[in-house]
Amino acid sequence: MKLTKLLATAALALGMATTAMADKTKVGFVYVGPVGDGGWTYEHDQGRKAVVEAFGDKVETVYVESVPEGPDAERVMTQMALNGADLIFATSFGYMDAVQNVAKKFPKVKFEHATGYKTAPNVSVYSARFYEGRAVQGTIAGRMTKSNIIGYIASFPIPEVIRGINSAYIHAKKVNPDVEFKIVWVYTWFDPAKEADAAKTLIEQGADVILQHTDSTAPQAAAQKAGNVITFGQASDMAEYAPLPRVSSIIDNWGPYYVRRTKAVMDGTWESVSTWDGIREGMVKIGEISSAVPGDVKAEAEALRDAIAAGEYHPFTGPLNKQDGTPWLKEGEVADDGTLLGMNFYVEGIEGEIPQ
Amino acid sequence: MDLSAINPVLLLASLMVAATPILLAAIGELVVERAGVLNLGVEGMMIVGAITGFAISVETGSPWLGFLAAAAGGAVLALLFALLTQVALANQVASGLALTLFGLGLSSLMGQSYVGIKPPHFAEIDIPLFSDIPVLGPILFAQDPILYLGLALVAGTWAVLKYTRAGLILRAVGENHDAAHALGYKVVRIRVLAILFGGACAGLGGAYISLVRVPQWTEGMTAGAGWIALALVVFASWKPWRVLIGAWLFGGITVLQLNLQAAGVAIPVEYLAMSPYLVTILVLVILSADKSSAPASLGRTFHAST
Repeated sequence: MKLTKLLATAALALGMATTAMADKTKVGFVYVGPVGDGGWTYEHDQGRKAVVEAFGDKVETVYVESVPEGPDAERVMTQMALNGADLIFATSFGYMDAVQNVAKKFPKVKFEHATGYKTAPNVSVYSARFYEGRAVQGTIAGRMTKSNIIGYIASFPIPEVIRGINSAYIHAKKVNPDVEFKIVWVYTWFDPAKEADAAKTLIEQGADVILQHTDSTAPQAAAQKAGNVITFGQASDMAEYAPLPRVSSIIDNWGPYYVRRTKAVMDGTWESVSTWDGIREGMVKIGEISSAVPGDVKAEAEALRDAIAAGEYHPFTGPLNKQDGTPWLKEGEVADDGTLLGMNFYVEGIEGEIPQ
Repeated sequence: MDLSAINPVLLLASLMVAATPILLAAIGELVVERAGVLNLGVEGMMIVGAITGFAISVETGSPWLGFLAAAAGGAVLALLFALLTQVALANQVASGLALTLFGLGLSSLMGQSYVGIKPPHFAEIDIPLFSDIPVLGPILFAQDPILYLGLALVAGTWAVLKYTRAGLILRAVGENHDAAHALGYKVVRIRVLAILFGGACAGLGGAYISLVRVPQWTEGMTAGAGWIALALVVFASWKPWRVLIGAWLFGGITVLQLNLQAAGVAIPVEYLAMSPYLVTILVLVILSADKSSAPASLGRTFHAST
């Protein structure tokens, strides 16, 4: 008797708690790595915290870390939707099809997919123009390298990554015609041991600048151990490795966007949109250029950053040829967003092939 | 293509470094499985070892103490597994998986304040005279001590399993725990000891990643190395030297394919990227064409009453 009573009370309490939570907006986040990766996922989680800070009690956030890109992502998002999430941020390119599938099943739940290109009535996509940051990075890299070999740790052959390589290369080449890029594909977003191996390999083969498009700080540690190698923070500032090897960084600033979108769900004004913001809107930030960089190089990099922010300069401005020598952009012509979003070719001068 | 950019000496040296974490974890798991226990918690024990080792060596400034603590940390987690499976007779597969999940969570909790910190440098030993031998010297005689420990463990495990009475008893427990029990051997005690040994080895392997190979602490940094080690034990048909071959093949081709990519070799990258897995499996499958099979009692629960 007593037990039944207890259970009934518990059920009642639970029911009341659920009703109390119903007027809260529930926001789910799906992360590809751990929140402590110090890079990509860390910054998305900073964005989540910004949402909590902005709305306090009116919002409830949940997140699941280290979700593999594939069927598992679908399971995680379905679970979130079943648990009453109103808005779900899927924060990696590889979740694209999983988002589409789950979104079809839950038309009332809003989805936001990072760095993807497939939208639906309840799916928005958003990304940052990281290539603007890569332009600044390439400029510093081209000026700083002594061996003229720049190592690039690439993750997966998707437009996002290829755009970054091209932008960095174009701007390194512009300030240093002798520069050469060595590109290594590691086929992972997050595997510190493998990222460290890749960095070590590139350093052993003469690179004295390491650029990375993977999420952990392992390449920073490898460069620090090797000495005389410079790196750039990726996705997050990675300031713990400043002033050397980390001389600057590209910081993803998701907070304002996440707050804006959560607000839209609360107000019922949410619509499916494609957002692609850059330095000007503040979604991409350039981390403090450290004291290891000479003053004139720093000034040059900052001038480039400001020109991009002011809209006076586009990192993909002609004349530019594709890798095989065919013309791409005429003198003064600027790449359109469609081409950039689907970029699947190297610009002229980069050696090697893009894995298909 | 510029193959001259690849320095074979550096390549071999980094091959051995890349192979050591999985080698350590695999040799520990080999002993566990030869005792008839399937512990799928290798990944969890490795990552706990990685953070314990990292934290202790940062706090004390001594990498040696760090490795010691890593072994202890791995063993403590393994003890939990031993309690569940040997005393409470829980299902080994489920307990092992739970151990991995628990280890990953526990390690990120423990590692909260260690992100972005640089560990003390772990000096390589230069074995005098030998390390001056041209070419071979730097490969064979100027590595860090844990790498040698890994090799010694392989040789030791092989010798103990093959030539000693203790090894025979361990194998007997793994092949037929009822018969071993009837002969008066303490099956549970032997298995618990094997599990602890496996945990300590996995912990060392994890710490090798966080203290030598990367070196830093990042959540989830073992990134599947424990699962590779588990697979390696099976493909190596539970034989120590084959585990060594497998680990070197895997580590070696991992490093080699990165080198080939950086040197601009015209092999499609997808093939290079899958080559470590493919080649390791192929070689070990061919090697295991003989009649070696899994320990007969592998994964079965034992209770003296049955």
